[in-house]
Amino acid sequence: MIYADNAATTKMSDAAIKTMVSVMNDTYGNPSSLYSTGQRAKEVLEQARVDVASVINAQPREIYFTSGGSEADNQAILTAAAIGKKSGKMHIISTAFEHHAVLHTLNKLEKEGYEITLLDVHEDGLVVPEELEEAIRPDTCLVTVMYANNEIGTVQPIRRIGEICRKHGVLFHTDAVQAIGHIPVDVEKDNIDMLSSSAHKYHGPKGVGFLYVKKGIRVTNLIEGGAQERGKRAGTENVPGIAAMAEALKEINSKMEANAEYLTAKRDRLIEGLKEIPHSALNGDAKKRLPSNVNFCFEGIEGESLLLLLDDKGIEASSGSACTSGSLDPSHVLLAIGRVHDVAHGSLRLSIGENITDDEVEYIISSVKEVVEYLRSFSPVWRDLQEGKREYIL
Amino acid sequence: MALYSDKVMDHFRNPRNVGVIEDANGIGEVGNAMCGDIMKMYLKIENGIVEDVKFETFGCGSAIASSSMATELIKGKPLEEVRELTNKAVAEALDGLPDYKMHCSVLAEEAIQAALEDYERKMGIITDEPRKEEERIEV
Repeated sequence: MIYADNAATTKMSDAAIKTMVSVMNDTYGNPSSLYSTGQRAKEVLEQARVDVASVINAQPREIYFTSGGSEADNQAILTAAAIGKKSGKMHIISTAFEHHAVLHTLNKLEKEGYEITLLDVHEDGLVVPEELEEAIRPDTCLVTVMYANNEIGTVQPIRRIGEICRKHGVLFHTDAVQAIGHIPVDVEKDNIDMLSSSAHKYHGPKGVGFLYVKKGIRVTNLIEGGAQERGKRAGTENVPGIAAMAEALKEINSKMEANAEYLTAKRDRLIEGLKEIPHSALNGDAKKRLPSNVNFCFEGIEGESLLLLLDDKGIEASSGSACTSGSLDPSHVLLAIGRVHDVAHGSLRLSIGENITDDEVEYIISSVKEVVEYLRSFSPVWRDLQEGKREYIL
Repeated sequence: MALYSDKVMDHFRNPRNVGVIEDANGIGEVGNAMCGDIMKMYLKIENGIVEDVKFETFGCGSAIASSSMATELIKGKPLEEVRELTNKAVAEALDGLPDYKMHCSVLAEEAIQAALEDYERKMGIITDEPRKEEERIEV
């Protein structure tokens, strides 16, 4: 079996599992308790905070542990919205292809009277910093742009965006869920005020993540209760999960450069191989993308069928097809980069893992070719295209 | 629990009656590429009986399986029976479909009815104008 859906989630690393089990067994205390078992758990928790902070060049006190990326996104956006509102600033800039954790939070704020501007991400899936600068208004309280897109993997010009936000005194949040552990992220150099991360995207456990908030920014809490996380996130800390996240992050960070080089070569071979399929197109810029991400549209076929047949061949991947989500509309990301519905339904996302081999890459290429050809063989859309009754889009 | 029943997966993996009938006397196409599903049914009707049926489908697993099952349900059947075919019968024969995939069985029913209507028009049995594309895709 080839697991090629690492953007959805990853397998936990052995080290992370070992850490998690060991904390569950030996450090089960409540970090808020005064006795030794509690204090040992507190030490584990604070060491994890130090470790996580150092990976992104933050201060430990700037890290808030959360239940994952979605919670961190919600908290960051609501934090900036609350700060903005105090001085009458109720305009937020984002992009059309953010994760729903961001977009749905923005929708909610829009109903409360905030104004939202969504930047165009163009055909290459990249924000143009000059367009962001033009969109900033005196009442802009937040810019939130994802570090790397979860579907098409395009890596945004974050440092430049951060610079522009600093220049205009606007808070900048980035959903870095797909980036952390895979490409270098430095909150200082990148001029980031708030950042979201999720452990299960880098071989840590599910249900845990963190929010970085630059010191001096008053955080709005989503969960009221005890004084955990400096009063900004109540609830007894998920100590085993947090410790395992820190372990996974340290581990992947130490191999980041080698992983990126290895995966980039495999990614580029996959792109080269899949491009040979007629009337197909790579989604997103070919180079400014995550080392693990390949995303294609194939004309004349539908993505769910493609996924099911690939699964039969032992390849696990995902699609932006409407049929895989239960909605009528295909992926909002593909629509945002200008793919029309007709071809957006026929998309395939491969997000490869660090253990993929050359043989597996070749097997993926030949399998996708075979399945696309098979599905086209009885697709009325493909027939119409071939017979000239319908214009090719790709 | 798997997304689809074994029967759906069987008809998806090994679709029956796939392809084109060159001398079909009833052809129906429903759905549109924007929504992600198109079904095309080819009927060869002789002496009031569906002698042959083939389909082409652009769509998800359940759309392909629904087309396949629908062709099996009408092959060799008299037209009176074919007219009675419902999406419910297609879905039941597949041991059920997930709720949000029921529209696939509706498309299968509609594709067959559209092909039948095309046949009846060609035979002069009905003379009114064909239904408009937009009216046929509402599922």
